Amino acid sequence: MTRSRPAEVPAPPDPARWIEVEHLHFVYPNGYEALKGIDLVIARGEKVALIGPNGAGKSTFLLHLNGIHLPSHGRVRVAGLDVTKETVKRVRAEVGLVFQDPDDQLFSPTVFEDVAFGPIHMGLPPDEVHHRVEAALAKVGMSGFERRAPFHLSLGQRKRVALATVLSMDPSVLVLDEPSAGLDPRGRRELIGLLRSLDQTLIASTHDMRLVAEVFPRTVIIDEGRIVADGPTDRILADDALLEAHGLERP
Amino acid sequence: MSGLSLDRYLPRESPIHALDARVKFVVTIAFILAVSLLPVGSFAAIGIAWGAVAILSGTAKLGPFRPARNAFFALPFVLAALPLVFTRPGEELLTLPFGLFTLRATLEGLIAFLTIALKSWVAVQAALLLAYTTPFHDLIDALRALRVPGIFVTTVSFMYRYLAVLSDEASRMLRARAARSGSRGGRSGGTLRWRATVAGRIVGALFIRAYERSERVYQAMLARGFEGTIRPRTARALHRAEWAALAIAVLLLAAFETAAQLWIPAA
Amino acid sequence: MFPVPFLLHAPDGFFSVPVSVAFWIVTAAVLGIAVRQANRTLDERAIPTLGVLAAFIFAAQMVNFQVAGGTSGHLLGGVLAAVLLGPWAGSIVMACVIAVQALVFQDGGLVVMGANIFNMGIIGTLGGYALYRAIAGLGRGWRWQLVAAGVAAWFAVEAAAIVTSFQLALSDTSPLNVALPAMAGVHALIGLGEAAITVAALAFIAAVRPDLLQARERAIATGQAAPAGGIWAALRSGPAWLAAGIVVSALVVVILAPFASSHPDGLERVAIDKGFEAVAKANPYEILPDYTIPGLDGTASTIVSGLIGVVIVLAVALGIARIIAARRAARLEQRKEAPAAT
Repeated sequence: MTRSRPAEVPAPPDPARWIEVEHLHFVYPNGYEALKGIDLVIARGEKVALIGPNGAGKSTFLLHLNGIHLPSHGRVRVAGLDVTKETVKRVRAEVGLVFQDPDDQLFSPTVFEDVAFGPIHMGLPPDEVHHRVEAALAKVGMSGFERRAPFHLSLGQRKRVALATVLSMDPSVLVLDEPSAGLDPRGRRELIGLLRSLDQTLIASTHDMRLVAEVFPRTVIIDEGRIVADGPTDRILADDALLEAHGLERP
Repeated sequence: MSGLSLDRYLPRESPIHALDARVKFVVTIAFILAVSLLPVGSFAAIGIAWGAVAILSGTAKLGPFRPARNAFFALPFVLAALPLVFTRPGEELLTLPFGLFTLRATLEGLIAFLTIALKSWVAVQAALLLAYTTPFHDLIDALRALRVPGIFVTTVSFMYRYLAVLSDEASRMLRARAARSGSRGGRSGGTLRWRATVAGRIVGALFIRAYERSERVYQAMLARGFEGTIRPRTARALHRAEWAALAIAVLLLAAFETAAQLWIPAA
Repeated sequence: MFPVPFLLHAPDGFFSVPVSVAFWIVTAAVLGIAVRQANRTLDERAIPTLGVLAAFIFAAQMVNFQVAGGTSGHLLGGVLAAVLLGPWAGSIVMACVIAVQALVFQDGGLVVMGANIFNMGIIGTLGGYALYRAIAGLGRGWRWQLVAAGVAAWFAVEAAAIVTSFQLALSDTSPLNVALPAMAGVHALIGLGEAAITVAALAFIAAVRPDLLQARERAIATGQAAPAGGIWAALRSGPAWLAAGIVVSALVVVILAPFASSHPDGLERVAIDKGFEAVAKANPYEILPDYTIPGLDGTASTIVSGLIGVVIVLAVALGIARIIAARRAARLEQRKEAPAAT
């Protein structure tokens, strides 16, 4: 450490600790303690699946990753940035969160405008916005759908557009809540292919064990607000007793 | 997880809770009327009225001060009456010069202002007490029995049933908007017009979803034998004791009002 | 939680009992008409629909957008409800929203509910719709309908605020020369948000599901019908609306004027009692001195000035609409001659 390093320049974030969650506790306003001390470190580029029974706190946890919930105790850090009320806007440019129900996220008359929302909000100039939209749609395989109304698309198509609306912001982290819910087998195959092709850091909460097995090398089990298992997917999914103890089953 | 708590109802075993919703509703309205009619400056009478609410709240096993504490949210509207302090001529209390003109606070103005503020505070407490002691559906049935036209009662019923669902949809959409409202520094947020347009589109999308949901509700009703009209349960007749309670309450309020107009000293 | 701007949901105690009762009478009468009209045009399908859409209005009032700093714009929804559901169903729905807000959340009082429903559910809904139809008839095409809806939405909010300030004044809660400019001023801004959201919502629905619009709007939005333009066509297409609006305003003025004159303004009574009359300072806000007309006295004078006020507001609204219509026509002419560069 040389003393000539200026005080304001922060150290570049450590890619091995791209997402750091330290002793995260979260209590809802009505007093319900949803998260009881989560510790988690995720490296840049990792793909991690979050599984667990309903009510375990998975969705609550995900909402901490882009500052929609702020910790009651503990700390969440993304790309070296502490998630606080002040940094929330920067965090959201870094972490793209895709919600379970695409209809909650699509509120523009055309696909183009929905995917353009993020870049426009970021203040990017029109041709950059255009470029980002085309790139995002291409990535999810929805090029050519720009003028279509999201309301008129199938569920699988809407899910892909919802993902595009987040990709266009060029985040380094993608967080997905139940990405395969409601998809038919073909939609699922397409989703699996899509997720494998992404090189962002990927965190997904899901009940779909086959999706977990095919896309995510690392699996974390959350139950009753705590992490009860964290390790390689094939080891965790082979442990029947562990799965059953937490209301899960094998793929 | 719904953040909207839709019923202030607090179940208890108490004579107030057990009382018929129709009686409670009519007495609440009569009480609010009585308080509203009190003359300016009748702080003693307002105090008596508040005391009555506190006693009833205690009888309802809710604690005498709960309505008082929780009625404070209504007070921002009090600002609407604040000018009274400065525009009623009377005995001057203090003067605040503001450059070109001066504000003169007067005793009469202060009394008028406080009267409105306190009356309102007590009235809100009465409404709160009604809500604490009456499940919303009983209140709806009471309105129906009190001859409110069926279309209002049915609409309010369905509305209440779907309030949480649609409010949740709205919050999820707002949350999704927030999730995409990132910035890497510099000017962000888009133009004001764009933001307003996005808000309008969210409303439009909500409407479409609500309409489609109402179609599904209608189909579910048809599947359960709905034939075009909702047949309300006929309300049972009030017991003699309930009529008595109603009569006593109204008489007490009338007596109180007369006393307040004629004898109870006012400022 | 109170997402709606608090200013129009008066709590109990802020309007006097005579004012509250008078407005309950008018509201009950108008809602009675609404129920009869609704029962005629709505079928059994409407039973769940009205309820769910009332919940929609409530939820829509939660949607906001950032204006500046910490302030945000919101929707009240009267004109939107009227355009989407039809004016009568719209006012029934708004009345239910206001009732639920009062009964469940104590947002708005119970005795003053008649006045609140009048302000937001009748003036703000039926009155706004009347203006919408009047202006809409002046032009052609869907875009013009949106302009009409936006202008009507602004006026609806503004008119509701103005009526509220009169109710406050008549109840001796707030002097008119403070309440009126304050309410009218603040809601002039709030009304802009209302207009913006209303227009964007209607545009969205027309783009995605025009079949959900009312028959008239659906036809225009999908290009199947273009209403005749011009002020006479407007009056012909919406005369019932204009008339209804005028009648209701007149009713209100006539019912309330006696209270205004027989209830000697609290200010003046105290002034007379304490001999302070002479000291009454010139008020910087004096807009309507005693709201009377020299030459007439007492009630008659108040009624006439009230009616004049209504006519002025309508004339201004139609005048503005006329100017906008003329400008658009001129611009369309220009565009025909020189195709616009993209």
